[in-house]
Amino acid sequence: MTTLQTVFDRAKADNRAALVGYLPAGFPTKDGAVAAATAMVEAGCDVIEIGLPYSDPLMDGPTIQDAVHRALTNGTRIADVLRTVEGVARTGAATLVMTYWNPIDRYGAERFARELASAGGAGTITPDLTPEEADTWREASAAAGIDTVFLVAPSSTQERIKAVVNCCTGFVYAASLMGITGARETVNAAAEGLVRRTREATSLPVCVGLGISNGRQAAEVAAYADGVIVGSAFIRLLLDAPDEASGLTAVRSLAAELAEGVRRR
Amino acid sequence: MANILTPADLAGHGPRGDDPDPRGKFGLFGGRFVPEALIPALDEVAAEYEKAKSDPAFVREFDHLLRTYAGRPTTLTEVPRFSEQAGGARIVLKREDLTHTGAHKINNVLGQALLTKRLGKKRVIAETGAGQHGVATATAAALMGLECVIYMGAVDCERQALNVARMKLLGARVVPVHNGSKTLKDAINEAFRDWVTNVDTTHYLFGTVAGPHPFPEIVRDFARIIGVEARRQMLELTGRLPDAVCAAVGGGSNAIGIFHAFIGDEGVQLHGYEAAGHGLDSGEHALTLTAGSVGVLHGARTYVLQDEEGQTIESHSISAGLDYPGVGPEHAWLKDSGRATYHGVTDDEAMAAFSLLARTEGIIPALESSHALAGALRLGRELGPEATILVNLSGRGDKDMGTAMKYFGL
Repeated sequence: MTTLQTVFDRAKADNRAALVGYLPAGFPTKDGAVAAATAMVEAGCDVIEIGLPYSDPLMDGPTIQDAVHRALTNGTRIADVLRTVEGVARTGAATLVMTYWNPIDRYGAERFARELASAGGAGTITPDLTPEEADTWREASAAAGIDTVFLVAPSSTQERIKAVVNCCTGFVYAASLMGITGARETVNAAAEGLVRRTREATSLPVCVGLGISNGRQAAEVAAYADGVIVGSAFIRLLLDAPDEASGLTAVRSLAAELAEGVRRR
Repeated sequence: MANILTPADLAGHGPRGDDPDPRGKFGLFGGRFVPEALIPALDEVAAEYEKAKSDPAFVREFDHLLRTYAGRPTTLTEVPRFSEQAGGARIVLKREDLTHTGAHKINNVLGQALLTKRLGKKRVIAETGAGQHGVATATAAALMGLECVIYMGAVDCERQALNVARMKLLGARVVPVHNGSKTLKDAINEAFRDWVTNVDTTHYLFGTVAGPHPFPEIVRDFARIIGVEARRQMLELTGRLPDAVCAAVGGGSNAIGIFHAFIGDEGVQLHGYEAAGHGLDSGEHALTLTAGSVGVLHGARTYVLQDEEGQTIESHSISAGLDYPGVGPEHAWLKDSGRATYHGVTDDEAMAAFSLLARTEGIIPALESSHALAGALRLGRELGPEATILVNLSGRGDKDMGTAMKYFGL
């Protein structure tokens, strides 16, 4: 298993930001997700977040909602998520699961952490789990040896940032804007300030996500962050592709453009 | 006219000390499971509410609106002809259907609209199922000059078309939600998405006692006037407290509203009635407390209809206001502590009670409230003719005529 620390050490040595790509398990199909993530890794993604499809994704915009809906309609279950992680981890990318809290809560925190670790997963990102509620998950993750990534937002006070980074291992996810997932024309100016404020509270790498969709934006963010996170833009390409092969080609080409962007800082 | 609300009605609660802890927990339930981006806004709402509820000026203004705008206090009505079908038990209705806009929702909405002004925000958003909370929110927004956007499941827009028209007439924008089950739960998801995007200008005027802290506490406190009045009125009318209090439970706001003042009265049974839809075995129901399991939905730990991997199971009820796979955390706590008991009432039972009240008493209840009425009929037969049962008639049935026409072939 490639750990987040390995990834960020390597990126630092190369004097570049890491590239993090997101894709839900089961989208466009169960096997198609592994194929798409593999293409993303081959073209330059260092970290892959595999989304655990959930019925009520209240942080996600229309693009991810659509993909997640298709994944659930395909019958994607937690076993499929873990199989996807296993397939993607084999590429050598650090592989995370990004999930709302309820599926883990219901499945059992210890069981999920253990099974994710044995599938080669490096950790999780849990966007609706706040520090106040995170004890169970942090203990289970520590016991299984996987990282726990939580989010800070432009609205976070310095006190909140401290509380969140104290729960994080691996990296801190800085949400670039107040809003939901989805590609935007420009990266919010608040992102840079948030990264600066987060660095005051931690020495962990800080990655920026939400709204980033092209090489220019990736380069802009890479100038001040340790990692650049892209999700909806990849999914959009897969949703719009007339067939699987052209979807993979498009994803590969975007990943290459972003990989070039994170090296341009 | 004398005030109906005292600061104690908001600030001081039952003798059991049943306020949530500082993290918004009722025992195991409640809390906050939301994106970090929303935490400051929730903190802001909680802090402002703490100040407001002990501010005599706020309480006075809320009281004034409840009396002169909402039409409080609402009366009690005895329903002897209806009660004949309940084994002769004495059934008394708390007439929230007589409030302005026709349902108990106006109480919470007026309180939160005042809070919105204190927060300095100019825009309110809300979710709605049956449309009653949407109508009430649109009403308060019109009254106070606030911009108003209502999220409503596309299925609910259709079955509650009259309320959609009312909201539009009141100047609100109604956004039909086509995701997921196209009902209340999806409207809540969409409202949260709006809120996290526009939180600087916008207050999410949450409509039920669910969601992240502090909503369960705030909505309860603003709805609690129902029980405060009813308890006093029952003592005046019958000289004693009722043997039981009945209410319908979807998210649970009308039920908490009437239960809360009675929680410390150990002799008073509290019964909540959830929508059993086509019956438990059919899988098409909204029996969250009766048949659900503990999980997290819409920002709080509570009972949820979910599968073994935590995916929400879509609920069903003929009544849009009860068609919700979650429930307020305080109800979860009342259930587990044994203080309240929750049961199911099927679509057919509710429709029978709906029709019976119309024909025996000349009152057309909301389909939501009809579940409580059906429950009271059942409970009356169990408790016997000596029993007195207070039922929260949470809303009127005008909005349900389309459903009734279809169901009864009118």
